[in-house]
Amino acid sequence: MHKSWWKIAAVILLVYTIVGGFLMDVPRLFILNESIRNLYFHVSMWFTMMILFAVSLVYSIKYLRSQNHKHDIYASAYAGTGTFMGLLGYATGAIWASYTWVTDQGQSLSTILKEPKLLGAGIAILIYCAYFVLRGSFNDIDKRARVTAVYNVFAFAMLFPTIWIIPRLVGSLHPGAPGSESGNPALNFNDIDSRLRMVFYPAVLGWTLLGVWITTLKIRTKLLAEKSLL
Amino acid sequence: MVSAKKILTLFKKDLLLEVRQQYTFYGIVLYIACTVYILFLAISEPDASVWNALFWVNMLFISINAVAKSFLQESRGRMLYYYTIASPQEFILAKLFYNVLLMLVMSLLSLITFSFFLGSPFVNAPQYIGITLLGGISMSLVFTLLAAIASRANQNAAIMVIMGFPVIIPQLLLLIRISKAAFGEVFKDGAFLQMTFLLGGLDILVLALCMILFPFLWKD
Repeated sequence: MHKSWWKIAAVILLVYTIVGGFLMDVPRLFILNESIRNLYFHVSMWFTMMILFAVSLVYSIKYLRSQNHKHDIYASAYAGTGTFMGLLGYATGAIWASYTWVTDQGQSLSTILKEPKLLGAGIAILIYCAYFVLRGSFNDIDKRARVTAVYNVFAFAMLFPTIWIIPRLVGSLHPGAPGSESGNPALNFNDIDSRLRMVFYPAVLGWTLLGVWITTLKIRTKLLAEKSLL
Repeated sequence: MVSAKKILTLFKKDLLLEVRQQYTFYGIVLYIACTVYILFLAISEPDASVWNALFWVNMLFISINAVAKSFLQESRGRMLYYYTIASPQEFILAKLFYNVLLMLVMSLLSLITFSFFLGSPFVNAPQYIGITLLGGISMSLVFTLLAAIASRANQNAAIMVIMGFPVIIPQLLLLIRISKAAFGEVFKDGAFLQMTFLLGGLDILVLALCMILFPFLWKD
């Protein structure tokens, strides 16, 4: 926690993401046009969310094995930041969809949002909101830690089919689903252009580091607040 | 270490309790009857998609009502007693089997009342019965684990609903999707089987998670 090089790296990568992401050349596809730049923000938010949730899962399992109260604090802090990143991912995705998926036939955005992939993403966020409601319902700290750790493992297991499997089975407008050739060729590219890759990978790394940074700050304040208990 | 005999005994105990205190069973039956009758008064012959939607909403609430009881009725002292005589895996397996059986009965019952009062718009009835049973099993498994978690939290029912809804939606999504096959919708090659297998896979996943996670909930 006391090493600072990765924080500096996070700042540099994010500055590069924002400057490079808005100024560097991108391929302009039909419909998608310049909005492809959202890839650096929208997709990396979900990457960060999944990584943070996975870390939270690991700490929950660690808690169940060791009953060390610190691991519970870690798990809840990572889940919290993960949920926040998920909300940002949903918001950036909704903005993107409102420009690329809405056709000129006067559809409303809400018809677009009724999409398997977006439903899955919404459910994922709700599952973790329920995690925090569950946390709030206990008075006993040990009981809270144990029961929420159990729920966290269960939630992560249910998260996987929700986001990754079901949208691929039922078909979706979102890239990465079979049958996405339903009238929107712009979303059908499977391969990512090398010009995009130049910014995309640093962006994922940068946002993930930022997520971890925020979480470590939260963990530190929490550890100080509960110093007497540990 | 998991002995089938103990599971059977615990299972029998739940069944016996149900037979002796029939108010829970008839409570749920009355619940089904009321729901269907109100629907019957409001809409007489709904078309297939409305029928399907109403049916799965009904199934969801029945499963919450039916399964939540299984842990609510266990007092603290009785849980302590089970703790001394059985392993957590045996206990949860007995509960799971019992809840699956209860949900299978309830699913069939609500399917019968639904088709009696609201008509039966399906083309392929056996397929729809199969999907209903699969749905009943899936829901009872998920809600059993959630009921076990909620029984550790103080305000039982509300917490279970809050946790349950987001978790069950993926399965409901799949169930609603595949049940359209019984209404005559044609699927892409293999898509139907794929989704059915995924539902089965999810059931196995939940079962495995129950076995692994319940021991942690059990000790207090």
